[in-house]
Amino acid sequence: MSLDLFSQYIFAGITYGIIYAIVAIGFNIIYNTTGIINFAQGEFVMLGGMTAISFNHFIPLPMAIIAAVLFTMLIGALIEIVFIRWLESPSVLRMIIITIGLSIIIREIALHVWGDTVRALPYFTGNVVSSVTLLGASISPQVLWVLAVCSCIVVLLSLFFKFTPLGKEMQACAANRLAATLCGINAKNMVTFSFMLSAAIGAVAGCVVSPITSSQYDMGTGLAIKGFTVAVLGGLGNSMAAVAAGLLLGILEAFSIAVGFPLAFQDAISISILLIILFVRPHGLFGNKEAASLKEF
Amino acid sequence: MATKKITTIALLVTVVVIVQIGTQLTGTSYYLTQLTMTMYSCLLIIGLCLVMGYAGQISLGHAGFFAIGGYTSASLTTLNVLPSLESGSSCVHLLNSFGLLTASTSMYGDPLLRIHPWIAFVVAITLTALIAFALGIPVLKLKGHYLAMATLGFGIIIFRIVLAMAFFGEADGISDVPGFTLLPGLTVTGNIEERIVNYYIAAAVLISGFVLLLNLIDSRVGRALRAIHGAEDAADAMGINTARYKLYTFVLSAVFAAIAGVLLTHYTGGISPSDAGVMKSVRYVAIVAIGGMASLWGALAMGGVLNFLSLRGLFGSYDDAVFGAILIIIMLFAPEGVLRLSLWSTLKRFKVER
Amino acid sequence: MIPLLKIRNLNKRFGGLHAVNAVSFDLKKGAIKAVIGPNGAGKTTLFNLICGALAADSGAVEFDSQPILGLKPYQIAASGIARTFQNIKMFPGMTALENVMVGLHTKSRAGFWAGMLHLPSTLCEEKRIRDRAYELLELLDIAQFADIEARSLAFGQQRAVEFARALASDPTLLLLDEPAAGLNIYETAEVARLITKIQQQGITVLLVEHDMSLVMDISDEIVVLSFGQHIAEGTPSEIQHNKEVIQIYLGE
Ligand SMILES: Nc1ncnc2c1ncn2[C@@H]1O[C@H](COP(=O)(O)OP(=O)(O)OP(=O)(O)O)[C@@H](O)[C@H]1O
Ligand SMILES: [Mg+2]
Repeated sequence: MSLDLFSQYIFAGITYGIIYAIVAIGFNIIYNTTGIINFAQGEFVMLGGMTAISFNHFIPLPMAIIAAVLFTMLIGALIEIVFIRWLESPSVLRMIIITIGLSIIIREIALHVWGDTVRALPYFTGNVVSSVTLLGASISPQVLWVLAVCSCIVVLLSLFFKFTPLGKEMQACAANRLAATLCGINAKNMVTFSFMLSAAIGAVAGCVVSPITSSQYDMGTGLAIKGFTVAVLGGLGNSMAAVAAGLLLGILEAFSIAVGFPLAFQDAISISILLIILFVRPHGLFGNKEAASLKEF
Repeated sequence: MATKKITTIALLVTVVVIVQIGTQLTGTSYYLTQLTMTMYSCLLIIGLCLVMGYAGQISLGHAGFFAIGGYTSASLTTLNVLPSLESGSSCVHLLNSFGLLTASTSMYGDPLLRIHPWIAFVVAITLTALIAFALGIPVLKLKGHYLAMATLGFGIIIFRIVLAMAFFGEADGISDVPGFTLLPGLTVTGNIEERIVNYYIAAAVLISGFVLLLNLIDSRVGRALRAIHGAEDAADAMGINTARYKLYTFVLSAVFAAIAGVLLTHYTGGISPSDAGVMKSVRYVAIVAIGGMASLWGALAMGGVLNFLSLRGLFGSYDDAVFGAILIIIMLFAPEGVLRLSLWSTLKRFKVER
Repeated sequence: MIPLLKIRNLNKRFGGLHAVNAVSFDLKKGAIKAVIGPNGAGKTTLFNLICGALAADSGAVEFDSQPILGLKPYQIAASGIARTFQNIKMFPGMTALENVMVGLHTKSRAGFWAGMLHLPSTLCEEKRIRDRAYELLELLDIAQFADIEARSLAFGQQRAVEFARALASDPTLLLLDEPAAGLNIYETAEVARLITKIQQQGITVLLVEHDMSLVMDISDEIVVLSFGQHIAEGTPSEIQHNKEVIQIYLGE
């Protein structure tokens, strides 16, 4: 394999990998404040892309994206307020089933609104054929957009959790809900925020990848399971590790194609990785066992 | 005890017979086709109910076991082994000398030699049991979200495999699956002439499966399962091998799913990737949840009603959405299942929470 | 005489907390031995280690001269160690009788096939364990509650069901975690009488209890734990006069 081709695959891997990482971070944000895995996480990505495409018929692209993100945030908030907020210490099984139900409903609504046609946002800069050469690989400028935007999300999120009062309050809730409540933090509102936040980053990711991967009503499940793989790989709840794990999975997938593994089995690869990780190191590649056992399971 | 069991069987048989006579009198015997399909699905659902309600494990991969059963049987029984017999494959020869191959002719009059469905059945069930066993050992150590995702992941892998492999017909699945002659004169097939017989075959299979499971939960094993579900550490202290009980239950329910898969495939004459889809698994979970998780009767009743309505196309293009909505509503308002729902207590719960 | 239970240098940490710290002691066959100590001393943890519910970090436990550390909880239970729980753990949705029948698990064998087919031999075994469970309830004077859901019984009655459930497996060694907690004086006296009766049947008892009068009354020997460490061991009167023990209980 030539060096050019090599970096080509690396870039492809990183592009997908960082998207998986964003989905994984979305899982983690909600998991940390609630202990719930939101099975509808992939649907946020889909909604972001699809609504942006629709809005873009009426308003310019940047506005459409902002509108789509706000819209998805609103959906995230609604979901939490209507379906989650008022449940008193629901069992894990109950929450799994509810969020699965939600993902089905969102998907079916999307199907009825947009049909099953594959759509895509226009390229943010340039078009399908334009390319830049980087490290010998010629890549679409959109790839740079994905990398830039997603890196920004990661950095901004960590700043948000470290330095803003709201971010700190969410962290406090994640660490010890009861103690946080006693300090006057409204834990329920924090949960709503966490749903809005993870809907928002999902939607942003959905917008930036749409030109490359296209958007379709049923793209959520696949993304969700890969995002979960990544989240588990990094250790559930650990967002920085999720980035590393996401890149790892993305690159692994890219090279599995490079060595001639059938495309159809690509999903099977990442799921097999998930299963193996779950069996061997359920606390994640980077997590430590003790911290994991202190979590709910 | 014994009288209770006889009453149960009598009740179920009566319902089955009344429905059949009813359709005959009202000239709606085409319902029997969907009823037959429904009953096979119910077989899977009561098996899943055992895993979810009694062993307390969630499985989002049961469509996968259904598909392993159905696809194994379909691919084996549609395979023409005549070329390999002629080329002298010893394995095929062996089957032939035991009379386990059936000769027929294709649509174009070419001679065909096929594996007898009973062989395919045994292979399908054994394969499913082995896979469930191998999968169950690591998977059942997991809990909560991890277990849900792992079983979901298993389901998706099966789905991807049948979708990607030419041997399994890729996106078209396998069609023209021959009937399954259980006994001479008793064939699982979609032929209109044998509709009533097939209705009763399905009923017999389902009722037997149901009674077996009722027996099981009313036995030492059933008590052990309920004990594990209720208080696992206390069950451990009673000397119950919790891991083994969970595993066997998982395998048993996978076998139920595979039997349903085999029979339904021979009945409808085909199987397609959508039968292995995640949505199918979710739907089965939904029905068990609606039936009240730990209630075989609930699972049977809800499985019967909802599958039938869905097959009749009552929910139109909103089929999946209906199941999604049902899932949410049940889990929000009646996590104990609808059969145990009392409106009053739900309203009361609302008032307290406000 | 070889001790029935031999604990050597047993250790368990929860993160930074050394819950059981190098504990060693023996338990003579047929004796009643009490483990006492302030809250959080590691008594329940010690029980969980013996039963295999928790994995020990290091050390050795021998039961009947066989090492049992590292065995699965069900294997340890099957070898003849039964226990009760500090916070009573009745199986939900099961009657008192069914709870005791689960206790008879190791005394019966019907498996999946037998359970599904309800063969005559299975039904016969089923009747045997049902009768035996009923007998045990009668022994504990709670037979009238046999068909009531165990969780809805009064606290004292649930304790009795738990006793019956533990005795059902014919254990050689019975571990009782605070059997008198939450009981009134009369019920406590009843428990004391019961434990001595159990001892007379040849069952060895290891007992955790905060009620000192009960402990001093019935135990042959006492082990004192504090912050996971073995502080003292001896007969009730020795322990009553041990300075260190008095200090632990009365504070510095
Ligand atoms: N699973 C666990 N994880 C972490 N810490 C634990 C765990 N179980 C017990 N502990 C801690 O270990 C210490 C010993 O607990 P243990 O329950 O053995 O005490 P105990 O002597 O039984 O107390 P009590 O008299 O209150 O029942 C306590 O500080 C407890 O908080
Ligand atoms: Mg204790």
